Amino acid sequence: MAIDFQLNGKPASFAGDPETPLLWVLRDHLGLTGTKYGCGVAQCGACTVHLDGKNRRSCVTPVGTIAGKSVTTIEGVTGKTAEAVRAAWVGLDVPQCGFCQSGQGMSAIGLLTAKPKPTDDDIDHAMAGNICRCATYVRIRQAIKDAAGVKGVRA
Amino acid sequence: MNAVANRRAFLAGAGGLAIGFTLPSGGARAQASGAALAPNAFVRVGTDNSVTVVAKHVEMGQGPSTGVTTIIADEMDAAWDQMRFVFAPANDPLYKNLMFGTMGAGGSSAIKESWMQMRMAGAAARAMLVEAAARRWGVPASAMGVRNGVVSSGSHKATFGELAADAAALPVPANPTVKKPDQFVYIGKKFAKLDSRAKTDGSAMFTQDVRLPNMVHAAVRRPPAFGGTVKKVEAGAAKAIPGVIDVKPVPSGVAVYASDTWSAQRGAAALEVDWDLSKAETRSSAQMLAEYSAAVRTPGTQVETTGNAATALARAAKKIDATFYFPFLAHAPMETLDYVIEKKGDGIAVHAGSQFQVGEMRAMCGVAGVPFEKSELIQHYAGGSFGRRATPAMFDASEAAACARAYGFAAPVKVVASRENDLTGGFYRPMTVHRVQVGLDANGEVSGWDQVCAAKSIMKGTPFEAMGIKDGVDGNMIEGANDTNQYRIADFRLGQHLMETPVPVLWWRSVGHTHTAFVKETLIDELLAMAGKDPVAGRLALLKHERAAGALRKVAEISGFGKRAIAKGRALGVAVHESFDSYVAQVAEVSVGADGLPKVHKVWCTVDCGIAVNPDVVRAQMEGGIGYGLGHALYGEITLGEGGQVLESNFDTYRSLRIGEMPDVEVAIIPSAEKPSGVGEPGVPPIAPAVANAWRRLTGKAVRRLPFAHGDNA
Repeated sequence: MAIDFQLNGKPASFAGDPETPLLWVLRDHLGLTGTKYGCGVAQCGACTVHLDGKNRRSCVTPVGTIAGKSVTTIEGVTGKTAEAVRAAWVGLDVPQCGFCQSGQGMSAIGLLTAKPKPTDDDIDHAMAGNICRCATYVRIRQAIKDAAGVKGVRA
Repeated sequence: MNAVANRRAFLAGAGGLAIGFTLPSGGARAQASGAALAPNAFVRVGTDNSVTVVAKHVEMGQGPSTGVTTIIADEMDAAWDQMRFVFAPANDPLYKNLMFGTMGAGGSSAIKESWMQMRMAGAAARAMLVEAAARRWGVPASAMGVRNGVVSSGSHKATFGELAADAAALPVPANPTVKKPDQFVYIGKKFAKLDSRAKTDGSAMFTQDVRLPNMVHAAVRRPPAFGGTVKKVEAGAAKAIPGVIDVKPVPSGVAVYASDTWSAQRGAAALEVDWDLSKAETRSSAQMLAEYSAAVRTPGTQVETTGNAATALARAAKKIDATFYFPFLAHAPMETLDYVIEKKGDGIAVHAGSQFQVGEMRAMCGVAGVPFEKSELIQHYAGGSFGRRATPAMFDASEAAACARAYGFAAPVKVVASRENDLTGGFYRPMTVHRVQVGLDANGEVSGWDQVCAAKSIMKGTPFEAMGIKDGVDGNMIEGANDTNQYRIADFRLGQHLMETPVPVLWWRSVGHTHTAFVKETLIDELLAMAGKDPVAGRLALLKHERAAGALRKVAEISGFGKRAIAKGRALGVAVHESFDSYVAQVAEVSVGADGLPKVHKVWCTVDCGIAVNPDVVRAQMEGGIGYGLGHALYGEITLGEGGQVLESNFDTYRSLRIGEMPDVEVAIIPSAEKPSGVGEPGVPPIAPAVANAWRRLTGKAVRRLPFAHGDNA
């Protein structure tokens, strides 16, 4: 039986094994490859999407559990917060290899949606699940602050 | 300002820009098909006024694509927003790394090796555009000005695009005049990277993102210990998994083919394999470390000697006899290694983010049994490497080609390594042990330095052996430890042991410097402390190279080293090191964290890398090098357990630096007129010793074993 859900505002459906992680449904079956595989065990955050508006690791989310829900990926995320995050990311040239940055951006948008003026501790907490092996963290932190319009440096 | 990294899109690009990639290098005339200028292998000017740079180095995050584009834009006086880049095909005559003789990136060489080549390429294009304008307007070329992609003289004006067709008919100047440094308009200034937008909105294309019609996904089950082979496979359980299509043996293990990556990975895990481990590495890391530790008690092959270390040590008033332990380290790039291979005509077409483009293509063609000349590489962004994508034995490419061949090339085959295969699959920074005996005389001067190192050679048994091992001495292992470029030590001896193990080892961001800098910079700090000397002034008195001293003086200045009050419970540590012809000094401000490990609050970093082509990219590489070096110094360790099995298989056990552990970083670039040198790696070596030196000041404990989390230093 097919699993129906909303994907970037449009109806989507998957007819295979309901245990299939959402990550692979997106990437290998529905062709949305902006969401990345980095670990498969919810340790790196490269697969972060929004499920009903909240950050979610798609690599450990069986597609069978999201029937009727709304999934947003990096390709479909819109709105003022998303625009502000993108502009800040590009303005600071945050990405190096770039592979983790879809997940970083989705986590940052999720953070700013929930907390429009995050503290450093908020940023550390919300972004702790997103690994960047290039260690672009200094710029990620600054870009989140730029997008939020908050100032200040850590002690 | 768009990077057009998709080569197919470029070939089908706007403005009739349909230029093949088989242009002769240095050909007498620009061989442009369509109305466009292609004066050499690197520059394409379209009638749509785009300037496209053909980037010969893999883009794995260190920014060479933006770097070479910056150089060419500068020599052409192009407008930054007309610049694009595409990735070069696998073609050594046109695109070889001039230091390697084959296409490749590594040794932080991209800008260093191509600096003059790119300047000449840009200058040739500029000269032809100017000459075309001169002929069109009947004005001497010397009367032309070029600015932001517009050639002008008096009331005459034309864009590059408007001149491209005329310019293409002109001879290519053999020796175009390059700019003087004071004429640079982009080099040395901050310009936005060309790939940031695509890497922010999810549209940047990585190999993992390639999807071809009818493509199947393969995952490889590898042996549980290095050197193991397949004895017998029971595939029933794997084949029963929905989506699994087939199971085939390959030289590196057993390949499972499926309709998606997940099913392939599940299938690989479900295989019941009887392994032959008779030739496998069954020693644990602890056993190997004990053997290495015994080896460094003996002199080893002599690498270098100055004066007489033994007699100087014999007369020393104080001595330190220290043994240092460094673990195997995985590179763990965010994108695991991956390839998509299909049969095409008489050859193969390969999608990859290849770091050795020609070497990998030749290896894959060899496995596939097809001619290299009939085959094609479609190069994509690479999601990090840190050395991992540059295996001299072309292991990963060969494994992928074997998967495609075993499937009979019946469909395009995509091979994506699982994170578990990535971390347990070897090609590690070699486990390394150093023993150093150093002395101080009664005046507090260094009196003898005897160092012996033991590790597996990276290059022995590979095509790079002749280049890397001279007179039995492996250069990678001891680079940075040898006496040639660091401190004045009158009585110095360095020896090495090449250890053997089936564990594959590989260069890992800054290679030998990852351990030699730690030994040198922590020991010199300890010696200076024993002598009652200042860590900065004491180093300055011993440093051989003025550029190293310059970096050190500047980092002391910007960090206020020794000049300001430090918060209670914190200490500063300093280190300076030359690698890849660049000089980097760092000061780390450290406290004892809640977990008992160093908490690094801030790092000040200076770098002298010659002319900084794109200073913001240089800064980014220092930030990234510090984070990469720090994360591994704190947590990084690949461990072979009992029976030789790797214990760390994902990021839950191979812990990576996370955002809350990243210090603030302040970078100062030393102004220089020297030619550019490396930036991708040189930020790494100083951070671990800088933190360890601060740690010793805080806790009184010298750090002899990495990572900190191993527990011997707390």
